[in-house]
Amino acid sequence: MYDKGKIVAGLVIFFIILAFPFWYNLGQSSPAPELELTDKAKQAEKCVEDTALMTREHMQLLHEWRDSVARDGNRIYVSENGDEHVISLSDTCMDCHSNKADFCDRCHNYVSADPYCWDCHTFPEENN
Amino acid sequence: MVDTPKPEELIENIDHTPPEEPWEDTPPDLSPGNFCYPTKKKNLEYLGLPTPTTDEWSPSDEEWPIPENWQQIIHEGFKDLLGKYRSLRIFMDTCVRCGACADKCHFFIGTGDPKNMPVLRAELLRSVYRNDFTRVGKILKKIGGARPLTKQVLKEWFSYFYQCTECRRCSVFCPYGIDTAEVTMMARELLTLLGLNINWILEPAANCFRTGNHLGIQPHAFKEMIEFFCDDIEEITGKKIEPTFNRKGAEILFITPSGDVFADPGTYSMMGYIMLFEHIGLDYTLSTYASEGGNFGLFTSSEMMKRLNAKMYAEARRLGVKWILGGECGHMWRVINQYMDTMNGPADFGEVPVNPITGTRFDNAASTRMVHITEFTADLLRHNKLKLDPSRNDMYTVTYHDSCNPARAMGLFDEPRVVLNAVCNNFYEMPESTIREQTFCCGSGSGLNTEEIMDLRLKGGLPRANAVRYVHEKFGANMLSCVCAIDRAALPPLMSYWVPGVDVCGVHELVGNALVMEGEIERTTNLRFEPLTEEAEVEADV
Amino acid sequence: MNAAYLYSLIAVVLLGLISYAGVAVAGLEGFFGIFIPYAALVLFVAGFANRIVTWGKTPVPFRIPTTSGQQKSVPWIKHDRLDNPSNTVGVIGRMALEILLFRSLFKNSRVGFSDVGGYRKIYYKWVVWLWLFALLFHYAFLVTVVRHLRFFTEPVPFFVGMLETVDGMMQVGAPGVYLSGVVLFGMAMLLLLRRIVLPKVKYISIAADYFPLLLIIGIAVTGILMRYFVKVDVGAVKELTMGLATLQPSIPEGGISALFYVHLFFVSLLLAYIPFSKLMHMGGVFLSPTRNLANNSRAVRHVNSWNYPVKTHTYEEYEDDFREKMKEAGLPVEKE
Repeated sequence: MYDKGKIVAGLVIFFIILAFPFWYNLGQSSPAPELELTDKAKQAEKCVEDTALMTREHMQLLHEWRDSVARDGNRIYVSENGDEHVISLSDTCMDCHSNKADFCDRCHNYVSADPYCWDCHTFPEENN
Repeated sequence: MVDTPKPEELIENIDHTPPEEPWEDTPPDLSPGNFCYPTKKKNLEYLGLPTPTTDEWSPSDEEWPIPENWQQIIHEGFKDLLGKYRSLRIFMDTCVRCGACADKCHFFIGTGDPKNMPVLRAELLRSVYRNDFTRVGKILKKIGGARPLTKQVLKEWFSYFYQCTECRRCSVFCPYGIDTAEVTMMARELLTLLGLNINWILEPAANCFRTGNHLGIQPHAFKEMIEFFCDDIEEITGKKIEPTFNRKGAEILFITPSGDVFADPGTYSMMGYIMLFEHIGLDYTLSTYASEGGNFGLFTSSEMMKRLNAKMYAEARRLGVKWILGGECGHMWRVINQYMDTMNGPADFGEVPVNPITGTRFDNAASTRMVHITEFTADLLRHNKLKLDPSRNDMYTVTYHDSCNPARAMGLFDEPRVVLNAVCNNFYEMPESTIREQTFCCGSGSGLNTEEIMDLRLKGGLPRANAVRYVHEKFGANMLSCVCAIDRAALPPLMSYWVPGVDVCGVHELVGNALVMEGEIERTTNLRFEPLTEEAEVEADV
Repeated sequence: MNAAYLYSLIAVVLLGLISYAGVAVAGLEGFFGIFIPYAALVLFVAGFANRIVTWGKTPVPFRIPTTSGQQKSVPWIKHDRLDNPSNTVGVIGRMALEILLFRSLFKNSRVGFSDVGGYRKIYYKWVVWLWLFALLFHYAFLVTVVRHLRFFTEPVPFFVGMLETVDGMMQVGAPGVYLSGVVLFGMAMLLLLRRIVLPKVKYISIAADYFPLLLIIGIAVTGILMRYFVKVDVGAVKELTMGLATLQPSIPEGGISALFYVHLFFVSLLLAYIPFSKLMHMGGVFLSPTRNLANNSRAVRHVNSWNYPVKTHTYEEYEDDFREKMKEAGLPVEKE
C-alpha cells in the first residue's frame, strides 16, 4: 500500500544520478590546464589582441577572420592598437602557437570544445 | 424552474471569458436557485454526524450556524485527511496550473463560471492548504497563493464543492492525474464536520442506513413493487415470474439501485433483469435489506460510504450466496470496483464468481465476488445463451451514454456495447470526444440531482445534451441508453429541455424487449406498453 | 492576478542585480561562487528527500486509478493494457508514456462554440500546442543540464560529447549554436506568454507560476549571453565548477565576469526552490494514485492500513425494525 521500497529505491537512484559529478571525479582535482607557450610566443609577449580578450573571444575572432577572407577576400586585420596582421590560421596564429597539442588542445579538451578549424586546415608539424 | 430561459438563449449567453475581478476576491453566488438545500437536522442526527448550531438555516444567510471554533475543526480535519490520503497530498502539491483541465468540466462549459474550472475548484482548497500547512505559504501569504480560511472561503467551498459531480473527466487530461473528484470528496468530508451537507445526499443516506435503500422503501413495499412489475411482465409476455426475496441458499444475490424499483424508466430495466434471469433459469434472490446498489456515503465521507456499503457483504454472508451480481448503476460501481473490498472485505462468503449458465469464471472479480450485469449479459451473448429479436427495438434509434463512474473508475466500455449491438438494430455512437473515457456527466451526479438547482443541472448537462443532439440530428437517435440510475433520473429532464424527442432507457430494458422467452405469447408492446408494430408507431407519432 | 507576474519579474530582476553587484561591486565571489551553490544543493537534497518521504509515509488507502480504456474483464473483450492496466507491467507502461511523453497532456482539447446553422453548438478541437511547448521545454531543459556536465566532469564523458555534437548540429556562428538552449528559452517564453495572453490561464496563474518561469528565462538569457555575446573565460569557469564538483572549491585567479555569477545564482535559486514549490511535480508525477495503480481491486484485495470498524445497521437491527411487516408480506425472517 505504501510502496516504500520502490519510493526509497527511486529516490536513491535519483540522488546517485544527481551526484554523478561528485563520484565521477572522486579523489582527483582538476585545475585548469597550464598552457605552454612556444619561445616565439613568449617573445611576442602579446597576441593580436590582449591575452584576456584572446582567451575569451578567440573563437569569435577566428570566425570573423574566416568570413573576412572567404567572403570579402580581405586578408588584413587591424587590431585595437592599430597593428596590422595577416589573417591566416596556419601562417599567423600557428606561426607562434605551433604547439597545438600543448596550447590549443589542452584547453579545448578541458572545456570539451570541439572546434572545426582542423576539419579543413592542416596544422604544421609540431616542433617541440 | 419558472424563469429558466429558453435553451437557445441559455447557450447563447454562455461566456467563457473570465471576469476582471481576481477569483480570490469574488464571493460565491448563494442566492436562491444557486445552492442545494442544506441537510435537515434529523438526518444528521440519525447518522450520528455533527449538526449545525440551529435547526433551520439557508446558505444565503449572512451568518452560518457553525460552532465558534469552526476554523480549528476544519484545520484538524484537514490535517487528519493529509495524514490519510497520499492522493490529497500529491494533488495539493503538484498542480502547476497549466490549465489543461480548465475547459474539460461540464459545469465550466455550461456556466462559464471560472471557479468551475477544475484547477480553481481545487485551488479553493489548495489556497487554504498553503496557508495552513506549507512553509512558503506561511511566509509569503497572499503572494504565495495562500488564503486564510475565512467565512467567505467556507461559503465558496459549500458552493463549489456542491457544483462538482465527481465525474473525473478532468483527471483524464491532467498530466499529473489530479482528480478533482478526490479533492471534492475531501472538501465535502471537511464540510460535513461542521454539519454543512445537503439534504439530497443525506436524506437518501439516512434512508439507506435504516431501510436498506435510498428511497426508504420498506421491505414489504419493496416486495410489492417487484411483484407489480411481474404482473406487467405477465401482461406483456404471458409469463408468470415469481422472484424470491431474502432466500437463503440462493446461488447469487442480485443488488441494483433502488431507483430501478421506484422510478421510470429504471423500472423497465428492472423488468429486463427479472425476465433475463427467468429466461436463463438463474438461481438468484433479491434482498430487502441490501436493497440499494447506490451509495450516497460516497458523496459524504469515506466512513459513511463504508457504513452503507457494509450491507452487501453482510447480506451475502447471511444468505450464503456464492457471489453477487450488480445492476446498472454509476457511482455504485465506483464503490464496488475501487472501495468495497478494501473497506468491507475480504469477502468471507462464497467463491470466485462463475456464470452458472456458461461456466465462465470472472477472474476479474475474484476477490470482491461481484460482477456487473453487463459483464454477465455480454458473457451470455458470447455463448449464444439468449434468443433475441432485436427488431422489437426498431422503434428506437439508440445511442449510448457512458456513465462517468463505470467509465473512468472501472473502464466498463465494451460490455454494454456488446449487449446493445445484440439487442437493437439501430445503434449510433456520439462523437469521440464525448464518449468512453471522455464521456460527459449528466450534470446531476454525486448527489446533485435535486430540483432546486435545476438551472445549474441543465447547464452542467449541456455538453452531454449537445452530443446527443448531434446524433439526434444526424442519425435520428431517439433513445439514450445508459447504465446508471442517476442518469435515468437526470437525463429525461435534460433531454426534454435540450433535445426534445429523445427518451432515456437502461441497457437491460432493451434486453427485456428483445428477449424471446420460452413459452411467451406474441408480444404487441414493449416494456413501456408502447405498440411494437410500425403502423401503430406512425399513428402514435401523428 | 495582474500583480502576480510583476511581483515575480521584480523579484527575478532584483535577485539578478543583487548577485551582479555582489560580485562586480562588493567582490563577493566566494559567497556567490561557493557558499550559495553548496547551500542550494543541500537545500535541494534535504527538501526533495523530505517531500518524497512525507508523500511516501502517507498511505494510499484506496486503489483509485483513472481508467482511460477498456477494463480487463472477460478474455474476448480486448483489454486496454496501457490506459487501464491490470498489473504492474501495464502500470509501468502507462507511467513511462506519461513521464516520457506527457501522454495525458497530448489528449488536450479546446472547447468552442459554433454558430453555424442558427442554433449554437459546442465543439471540441484537439490542440497540440500546450503538449508541444511543454514537451520541448522539458527535453530542452534535460539536454541543457546534461550538456553542462562538461563543466562538472574531467575528463568529459563520451555521452556528453555525443550530446553536444547532436545538439550543435546547426553550425551558425562561433561557437556553434546549441539547439537546446534556444528551444529552452523559446519555450519558456511561450509558456510565459501563454500565462499572460490567454485569459483563462492568466486568471488561474499566481506568482508561484511566473516566478520559476522567469527564473528559468533568466538562466537561459544569462547562459546564452555568455556563450554567444558577452563571452566569459570558459576555462576559468570550469576551474570554479570543477572545484565545486571535487569538493575543493576555489575562485580562479584572474576572475570571471559577474554575468557568470548571476547565472550560477539563478541556477542555485532554482535548485533550492524546487522542493518547496510546484516544481515538485517532477517527483509527484511518479506518485499520483490515479496513474500509478493497476485497476485490479476487484481481482486482488487492496489493503488500507487505517481501515477501522464503523457503526453499521445490521440485519438483526433491520429485522427488529420491520419484523411484523416482513412476516405479513411473507418475507422470511430469522427470529419469529
